[in-house]
Amino acid sequence: MTEPIVRLEGVAKRFGDVAAVDGVDLEIGTGELFALLGGSGCGKTTLLRLLAGFEAPDAGRILIGGRDMADVPPHRRPVNMMFQSYALFPHMDVTANIAYGLRREGLARGEIATRVAEALALVKLDGLGARRPAQLSGGQRQRVALARALVKRPKLLLLDEPLAALDRKLREGTRFELVRLQEQLGLTFVMVTHDQEEAMSMATRLAVMNAGRIAQTGTPHDLYERPASRFVADFVGIANILDLGDGRWLAIRPEKIGLSVDRPETAHAIAGNILDVAYEGDRSLYRVAVKGGPVMLVSRTNMLRLERESFGRGQHVWLGWSSDAGQVLNE
Amino acid sequence: MRSQARFAFTLLCFGYAFLYVPIVLVMAYSFNASRLVTVWAGFSLHWWRALFHNDAMLSAAWLSLRIALVSATCSTVLGLAAGYALARAPAFLGRTLFGSLVIAPMVMPEVVMGISMLLLFVGAERFLGGPDRGFLTIVIAHTTFSLSFVAIVVQARLADFDRSLEEAAMDLGATPWATFRTVTLPLIAPALGSGWLLAFTLSLDDLIMTQFVAGADTQTLPMRVYSSVRLGVDPQVNVLATLVVIVAATALVVSGRLTRRR
Amino acid sequence: MAPPPAPVADASRCTRPPPDMRTAIALPFAWLIVFFLLPFALVMTIALGTNAPDAAPPVALGLSLDNFKLLFTDDLYVAAWLNSLRIAATSTMVTLLLGYPMAYAIARAAPERRPLLLTLVVLPFWTSFLIRVYAWMGLLAENGILNQFLRWTGLVPHPGTILGTEWAVHIGIVYAYLPFMVLPLYAALEKLDWGLLEAAADLGARPTVAFLTVTLPLSLPGIVAGCLLVFIPAVGEFVIPDLLGGTGTLMIGKVLWDEFFTNGDWPLASAVAICLLVLLVGPIALFQRQQARSLERRP
Repeated sequence: MTEPIVRLEGVAKRFGDVAAVDGVDLEIGTGELFALLGGSGCGKTTLLRLLAGFEAPDAGRILIGGRDMADVPPHRRPVNMMFQSYALFPHMDVTANIAYGLRREGLARGEIATRVAEALALVKLDGLGARRPAQLSGGQRQRVALARALVKRPKLLLLDEPLAALDRKLREGTRFELVRLQEQLGLTFVMVTHDQEEAMSMATRLAVMNAGRIAQTGTPHDLYERPASRFVADFVGIANILDLGDGRWLAIRPEKIGLSVDRPETAHAIAGNILDVAYEGDRSLYRVAVKGGPVMLVSRTNMLRLERESFGRGQHVWLGWSSDAGQVLNE
Repeated sequence: MRSQARFAFTLLCFGYAFLYVPIVLVMAYSFNASRLVTVWAGFSLHWWRALFHNDAMLSAAWLSLRIALVSATCSTVLGLAAGYALARAPAFLGRTLFGSLVIAPMVMPEVVMGISMLLLFVGAERFLGGPDRGFLTIVIAHTTFSLSFVAIVVQARLADFDRSLEEAAMDLGATPWATFRTVTLPLIAPALGSGWLLAFTLSLDDLIMTQFVAGADTQTLPMRVYSSVRLGVDPQVNVLATLVVIVAATALVVSGRLTRRR
Repeated sequence: MAPPPAPVADASRCTRPPPDMRTAIALPFAWLIVFFLLPFALVMTIALGTNAPDAAPPVALGLSLDNFKLLFTDDLYVAAWLNSLRIAATSTMVTLLLGYPMAYAIARAAPERRPLLLTLVVLPFWTSFLIRVYAWMGLLAENGILNQFLRWTGLVPHPGTILGTEWAVHIGIVYAYLPFMVLPLYAALEKLDWGLLEAAADLGARPTVAFLTVTLPLSLPGIVAGCLLVFIPAVGEFVIPDLLGGTGTLMIGKVLWDEFFTNGDWPLASAVAICLLVLLVGPIALFQRQQARSLERRP
């Protein structure tokens, strides 16, 4: 990891009886696209708001660029945020929205105009500067929000569910767009999301959060192939979790399991009956009842167009996997 | 359900008739030639001329307008502060008392507020030597009960307000004061405007509190109208009523147009 | 007066607000304490004193409960109390019965027509209260327009005088306070999801049953707010009983006024004010609680 731009040491924040963030230690390197992934109420948004300065931690330290942020109010922090609701000022046009932060810095008129024009070009909104937020589409609004935060040239950009308000088609294109901007400008992004697909596909590293704590930090590959706990294995992707006894479990992904009529020659093999099949187009997901075990999920890529389903409901099948297909877990 | 709606609509029409027939009749009789408001004796502008030459009435109206302007402005400033504090302040000691104090003048019977303010001013005169009862004491009394209405309007607007707009401003480097000036204030300006208008109207119309705190030499428009009306019907009051209705209707139509254009 | 129980009074969470916020709190807080709360202490002090007609101000301070005793024993005052409560209660009911269908009809009207319909209800409120009460004087007088109309139709050949009776006071209260009833009711009904009524009908509820089991309960906050907004000021009303009720109608606001301005008995008037306040503390606290809750419920 490169030199950390963000460092959290034992950060905690309570709201009444609820510990929203409960002792978080975290380092985020310069130039990373870091994702905070978790379900609703896991504390990821609170963590972002602690970084932005909208909330003050009850315990612990927050360092940004090596500086303790304890007494630094939001408007003096070297970070900018893109809000989930975008929070565009409805009484200002696009240009005024983007210029807002620069005017607070007291920059000269000419420079503000230049930088606003650059920012508009960066997010491909040239010519829309005179529109009001209400006259823009959802995707355009999102890009204005991005431009407004980027124009300040922050060391660190915080993104709160940046894609959640977009429809599905737009979301996928915007993912690549965000990654492109982050690489092109050499910025550090910290993004909050509940969408694991989004986090996995965009982030260089991510942290999975659960009940105010960080369950695991790592690259998308680490988290998927080497989950540290049953929670992470279950939260990121789908996993079959087999109880090995003695407080140990085996997590194995559905696509790592082979399906055959005859007993396979893999290290592990087990027989069962197919309960049902979910055809998803690119793949099919089989639920298989195994003798003396849980219901196992197995997926098969549908590689041939004309292939008839070779396995059907009720059929007796064998499941097989190699000795390194799964991850042994202790918690 | 349809029959319910029809029934409700019939009563709505009846309600409008109930609300407007008395007003329309009062306006019509301002053009009556007779002094008796119950007998129609032909069209005349006599009472209109009389009102515009009634110096006592005109000076009372001028005084009321000045009081209303000052007290509406004071109560808007105080009501803005109170509404902002109620909507935005974190829990603080005395918050419950503060909230009660802000809302209470809205529903407090005016006779009670009137007597209590008078006693305060009498006490102040006695122990502090002033202020003299008149313009200033009326402004203070009106401000005290109008500020509640402004505070409620502001608080309601701020409760609907997307908090992240203010956070976004701070995030972009605006100090708390700059945030208030450039984001909060412009966005609640319409609410503030209607709060001011409400305070202005309440002040212009107030009789009871004014009567208590006015002192011997001060007569506002409602006081003058009341003393004339007590003795019976007065066609000049009909003229005044007509003017008030026309001004209020115009103001409402204009403000309605303005808000719809946004 | 007693503040309502605190919904969020968790002392451990009380923090010192930032400086700008402290000004925003301190300014109106100080104003209200000096000009609203402190005066009530004065009213109480004066109420315990006795009338001193030759002094200026006409009060002899003391610690006597005679004024309060008088209020509870003298038939005139007791009757005025009971009358005020009764008249306020019945006119609040009538206002509700008229205001509810109006608010309902406006809430169910086409969205683009609602602003106009609502403006028509609010417009009289923006004109003078005094003038609106005055409007009924000419209507209800013995030879007034209403009686002329009744005679002309022949339905009632010898109508009595309405002006100067309790009827006139009722009409005046309903008329003057109708907008205060319609507005909160409309606010509650406008938020109602009409799909719920279709769901009720779909589940077998007749329109009346659907109204009683769905619409009415869901508009209850509006009903309570509207009734309190009419009832509380109506109890202490002065202008309406004075101009429309004549000498025959005793109401407590008028008694207070007369004691103060006509008889110059400041201590007795103060005692009346204290009693009025005590009587209305319950409804006022209820109104405040509801107001606070409806504001907190917003997103």
